[in-house]
Amino acid sequence: MEDASLLELKGITKRFPGVVANDRVDLDLRRGEVHALLGENGAGKSTLVNILYGLYHPDDGEIRLEGRPVRINSPSDAIRLGIGMVHQHFMLIPVMTVAENIVLATEPTKGPLLDLKAAEERVSKLSRDYGLAVRPEATVDRIGVGQQQRVEILKALYRGAEILILDEPTAVLTPQEAAELFAIIRSLTEQGKSIVFISHKLNEVLEIADRITVLRRGRRVDTVPREGATEGGLARLMVGRDVVLRVEKSPARPREPLLSVEDLVVLDERGLEAVRGVSFDVRAAEIVGIAGVDGNGQSELIDAIAGLRKPAGGRIRVGGNDVTSEGARERLDAGLGHIPEDRQLRGLVLDFSLAENIALHDFRKPPDSRWGWLYPRRMIERARECLRAFDVRGGGPETVAAALSGGNQQKVVVAREISRDPRVLVAAQPTRGVDVGAIEFVHKRLVQERDEGKAILLISLELDEILSLADRILVMYEGRIVGEYAPDVSEQELGIAMTGGRREAA
Amino acid sequence: MAHDPDATAPATLTQWFATRAGGIITPIAATILAFVIGGLVVLIAGSNPLSAYKAIFEGTGLSWFLPWVQGDDRTAAARDLQQTLLVMTPLMLTAVAVAFAFRSGLFNIGGQGQYWVGLIAALWIGTHFEGTPRPVHVVLAVVGGILAGAIWGGIAGVLKATVGAHEVISTIMLNWIAIYGGIYLFERGGPLQGGQPALPRSFEVFESAHIPEIWGRLQALHAGIFVALVAVVVYHFLLNRTTLGFEIRAVGFNPEAARYGGISVARNYFLALAISGAFAGLAGSLDILGFRHAISTSDFFTNQVGFTGIAVALLGRNKAVGILFAALLFAALQVGTSSRQLDPEVFNPALASDLATMIQALVIFFVGAEVLVVYAWRLRRLLPGRRSAKEELPA
Repeated sequence: MEDASLLELKGITKRFPGVVANDRVDLDLRRGEVHALLGENGAGKSTLVNILYGLYHPDDGEIRLEGRPVRINSPSDAIRLGIGMVHQHFMLIPVMTVAENIVLATEPTKGPLLDLKAAEERVSKLSRDYGLAVRPEATVDRIGVGQQQRVEILKALYRGAEILILDEPTAVLTPQEAAELFAIIRSLTEQGKSIVFISHKLNEVLEIADRITVLRRGRRVDTVPREGATEGGLARLMVGRDVVLRVEKSPARPREPLLSVEDLVVLDERGLEAVRGVSFDVRAAEIVGIAGVDGNGQSELIDAIAGLRKPAGGRIRVGGNDVTSEGARERLDAGLGHIPEDRQLRGLVLDFSLAENIALHDFRKPPDSRWGWLYPRRMIERARECLRAFDVRGGGPETVAAALSGGNQQKVVVAREISRDPRVLVAAQPTRGVDVGAIEFVHKRLVQERDEGKAILLISLELDEILSLADRILVMYEGRIVGEYAPDVSEQELGIAMTGGRREAA
Repeated sequence: MAHDPDATAPATLTQWFATRAGGIITPIAATILAFVIGGLVVLIAGSNPLSAYKAIFEGTGLSWFLPWVQGDDRTAAARDLQQTLLVMTPLMLTAVAVAFAFRSGLFNIGGQGQYWVGLIAALWIGTHFEGTPRPVHVVLAVVGGILAGAIWGGIAGVLKATVGAHEVISTIMLNWIAIYGGIYLFERGGPLQGGQPALPRSFEVFESAHIPEIWGRLQALHAGIFVALVAVVVYHFLLNRTTLGFEIRAVGFNPEAARYGGISVARNYFLALAISGAFAGLAGSLDILGFRHAISTSDFFTNQVGFTGIAVALLGRNKAVGILFAALLFAALQVGTSSRQLDPEVFNPALASDLATMIQALVIFFVGAEVLVVYAWRLRRLLPGRRSAKEELPA
């Protein structure tokens, strides 16, 4: 037991129907430290901090603050005790200003009226004190995600938080924003604040945390100081076995082009050109990676290739057939597979069972159906095999998709797309929000598919992913392909191209 | 956003919905609560709620199923039960009309209009083509009613699919077009007015287009109830066992994922509303061919079967079996409280039908307030006193 412990959680146990989310978990937080909670999706990280923030009530265990046992029955209790939380999805009111959001529920008043000026002043002072630059008078829907996160942090500080819980704070940020966040975290700890930092990204945790507690399947596996910790070691603690972080693959032996994109022009929702004359080929048995900062036309490119958005110009060919004017269904039938960027928005019908989700593209054909009549049993059989082959855990064919953890949901999407045996696979962010074990699995499968002669187009915001998987790398910037690189290109060089720097002479 | 895998809070709430509230507990609890409150109102009105409910129950004819009810009581019960089942027949169908569209994510408020259009089409066929052999004439009229209802629903579907007109607005407007169109057709001097110039009333449907009566004499139960029951079964299988139903449900749950799966969202919006309209149109044709046989313009204002269908679908949770029971409950309430049934000594008959309306409204209110109930349930668990015993354990 540390004397310097500010906060101690002892033997926290939380059961949900059919699952023990936290099994006698201990955690101690020292004043001024960044304590990372590391674990796979569904390891119990969020449950633990939700207990700390009063959103859940532990079935067993106790919480001590400065040595005194405390009971946290609701977030207002937590706030009163100086515990603040920044959720993964922000809880801000978009139409209100930054200042209004921050002072919400404790607004300064002048008589019966809201004293907005005082509110803005307080917010300005707070943001100066902690080096969090925000514009108090800006409305929240006009500021970026990184800014919104700062507002959330300021909101917690405004309410007197000494302990700040950050739930996967970098998941929504660009690398630059993440770097800024880390600077903020450092300045907060210098001023004596303590941070609980939740993540499943190893490199981040190694960069920012003082100590790291690893959870696996609801249990605390170990708590280690950052000094001496390695990515490999942490991955082993998280997953419970050795994890191959680098994908092992042989050099590509590409054959004929299976996906050809020619002078493609695609408009975004506002009618502006998001893709401006892009041309490339993806050949059989190769993985082409598209790198780029989010919002440079990748989403529109993916939509156009998948037939979900009509291009304003250019051609798309799949296996030699011009599919430019065809819809999503015809392209699926033409041998296109598509792992979409957002599994919850698009990849899955969350209220459907896994069997129905796996049948989402092929329910019109035997064996799933004949003459418009569905055969649920066959769908379930097919799904059962699929789930087994792709090691999906947390449910069977008849479980609703919403009940699965994010990583397993992603595996379901990957399982469906790969098991359809497409000739061309568009994999957009195939490992977004997925833990290391599942990343390893998805990467292996993609390489395996390549080796079987599929043409794979990989679009990812994670440079690591592009660098370790792609056989050729295209960089997209402001709707154009601004460079092509071999996989041995340096991260710096890619980074420069991604941000619009001059293309190096090859 | 609603389903964040790591945020277990909404997940458990959803689970709770799925396992308990989402099942049959809520509708049953809502019904019981509605009757309890209704009973209080009866008490305030100065009557004994128990005897009032007993009288209403006897008025529904459901006592026919009790083996000890014999003799004259049984004869009376049979007559009442026929009426209950007669009312139940179109209710099941208008409820299915709401439920089917609802599963594709659309709110079909147009059941009433689709019912009228179906009824008018069946009536027109039933009052023409004299000499057509009976089964053929009935089938023709029923099919005509179904098609007319499908077209009426389909109009809203086309508007939704092409220009994105909101189905709630367009179906409500189509209701009024159907109602006033119907009045125009049958009013004095109207193009389809019947043989008596003084009466705003249609011709009688030819005998050859009557759906056979199966039970009772005056305003007897007709075989249409079997058609309605089959339609409810068809609804269940159409939705759950066909590719069409798969598409409808996918679109209803997540249109973006459906589109990604190669499903045309616009096409399914159209189909969902057209098929919904077909069910409501069937309801109209069964009513006119089964027992009404003719229609007066005043009926267009008194008949609410399409709207009650919304309530039935809601209480029945859009499930086939649920709709069956909910339709029976609402039909029984309506028949049991109709003014000719009740003994004024027990409960003022003038108030009785108001009581029925009130209970219906309360049922819907409580089913709709499910979210509140769930919240109250969670609140109960948050109360500090309840947890003290457990929290002393670790010390």
